Amino acid sequence: MAEIVIRNLRKEFGDFTAVQSSSFTIADGEFFMLLGPSGCGKTTTLRMIAGLEMPTGGEILIDGEDVAQRPARDRDIAFVFQMFALYPHMNVRRNIAYPLVSQGLSRRDANAKVEEVARILDITDILNRPVGGLSGGDRQRVALGRAIVRDPKAFLMDEPLGALDAEFRERMAEELRALHDRMGATTVYVTHDQLEAMQMGDKIVVMNHGVVEQFGAPQDIYDKPATMFVADFIGSPAMNFLPFTGTIAEGATEARLANATIAVPRQHDGAQGELVLGVRPEHVHLADDGALRGEVVAREYLGTTQILSLETAHGPLKARVSSADAVHEGARVGLDLTPSTLTLFEAKTGRALRSDLNAEVLHG
Amino acid sequence: MSAHSVTEPSARQKWIAGTLVILYALITMLPLVWIVATGFKTPQDAISYPPKVLFEPSLEGYVNLFTTRTRIAADDLAALPPPETWYEQIVRNRDMVIAGPSRYGERFMNSVIIGFGSTFLAVFLGTLAAYAFSRFRVPLKDDLLFFILSTRMMPPIAVAIPIFLMFRELGLSDTHLGMILLYTAVNISLAVWLLKGFIDEIPREYEEAALIDGYTRFQAFYKVVLPQAATGIASTAIFCLIFAWNEYAFAVLLTSGNAQTAPPFIPTIIGVGGQDWPAVAAGATLFLLPVMVFTILLRKHLLRGITFGAVRK
Repeated sequence: MAEIVIRNLRKEFGDFTAVQSSSFTIADGEFFMLLGPSGCGKTTTLRMIAGLEMPTGGEILIDGEDVAQRPARDRDIAFVFQMFALYPHMNVRRNIAYPLVSQGLSRRDANAKVEEVARILDITDILNRPVGGLSGGDRQRVALGRAIVRDPKAFLMDEPLGALDAEFRERMAEELRALHDRMGATTVYVTHDQLEAMQMGDKIVVMNHGVVEQFGAPQDIYDKPATMFVADFIGSPAMNFLPFTGTIAEGATEARLANATIAVPRQHDGAQGELVLGVRPEHVHLADDGALRGEVVAREYLGTTQILSLETAHGPLKARVSSADAVHEGARVGLDLTPSTLTLFEAKTGRALRSDLNAEVLHG
Repeated sequence: MSAHSVTEPSARQKWIAGTLVILYALITMLPLVWIVATGFKTPQDAISYPPKVLFEPSLEGYVNLFTTRTRIAADDLAALPPPETWYEQIVRNRDMVIAGPSRYGERFMNSVIIGFGSTFLAVFLGTLAAYAFSRFRVPLKDDLLFFILSTRMMPPIAVAIPIFLMFRELGLSDTHLGMILLYTAVNISLAVWLLKGFIDEIPREYEEAALIDGYTRFQAFYKVVLPQAATGIASTAIFCLIFAWNEYAFAVLLTSGNAQTAPPFIPTIIGVGGQDWPAVAAGATLFLLPVMVFTILLRKHLLRGITFGAVRK
């Protein structure tokens, strides 16, 4: 098992920069998520860690050793592909044994390990079947078996649940996480599904356009987004953005919007010009004497909560409120925002302003 | 323009289609049947008119194909000891004796060496080239592929004279090596293009999985890619073999005493001792067999090979 340190990692394909100077650290035994929309460079980053792509620049340290320019076979990592990539001309047993064969393990030792792994994954009954006829879940397990069979330093997974049916994903996600906890193996997992990332990850890196937007624990990323992109990408419905023009002084504890004054966490940096106030839907409350006023244009009933779509003087706003709150479409309501949860952003750069809320998680 | 009709054909349509297919098969098979039958006829039966459909089979054509014979006077024939073998008997019946073996066997072996040799070389080089074109960033890839294709844009025989002169200068005329190189050169563009199509269809993840599993790029190629490409390699090999096996014009031009293949040899049978059609037909029949056997052995790969690209796995 290993710690993986990524330092200034960069990848260019001709004129196209897939990954721009990225740095983050994956602690030993961590379940680490690489999250972002398609084309953001997360898969390229994973493939560079695996050795399937050679970086244009930067370092990849596995247990302190720079492996950035080494071939995949010298890195002792395992990779689970999105489409599983089981060798179609071999049966399940040979697929799982294949990494052991390359290590020159005797047939008997290899077989013993395959049986052991098959027991862990509960696939002993299909060991002699060809891989062609297997269900998605069984293919997934065989792919995992091939990964864990030789105790690699780390597991790399490229959207391994992407090819599964929705009902099965939930179960496999749990199995994966349980397997990780049992083996304690460093795992790097690529996904574009923010729920999956939040649900399974110890740490998350959010990437966009080849840039690391934020890196931290799921809760920090959700509560203290470093950029508007992260705030928008994570959470459903996404964070509300209320744009305004104004000035925030260093140490300020309120933001003056067009016709409302909103209390915010104490600001560490001053800023002026085009700014954006970010608030999560669950931090918008109905309050007759609230600072904001809005009109309910739609309701979405979700059981214990409901999502209200509101039209305010500052733009559209979504609120997640208790289903017990009786409101009807067309009603004009007062709104209150939970001050300690609010984040201010610079509109031009999309970066969060440092405050008491997020200072400790923002880098630089 | 779909390959499959959406509605199930009616019984009547199936019947008409079936009849047409059988009719077409009969028409294309007829010359083959004619050749095989003629090989087992006597020279008289072979040229009788109207043609004999039912006849007494004879191996005279095959005997004549593999032997050279001399006509001798009836007195001398009577003085000879009785024939020891059945084929000597056949020859004696025509007032002749066997003078020695013909060169057919030798020519046939030349065809085997040159045909299979060039097929192997074209498929081997073609697979490596196709893999490289399919997987690596090759500078000027599109131009190179087009150049390779362009070697087939005119009939190969159009360059017969330059090749004749080149072969003479290089000492390749009438050698097995020369013919193998020539047929390889003609076949390789077909091989590269066909195989690139097949290898493009094999997901890269298989090799990448092998790279991760501790194998080198070359091991990944021959342990994982090659088995996947077997279908493509088999059908490419059949196409290459059929061309090299049947090629006539270059063989006439470039080979004579040493490396002559069967196609230019078979017609020369006609000149020896009259128009011996059964011997020609026997030579043609035997000549058809290797490609037929090869194709039958690889037939399960062939259907997908011919329709490649049209069928999704």
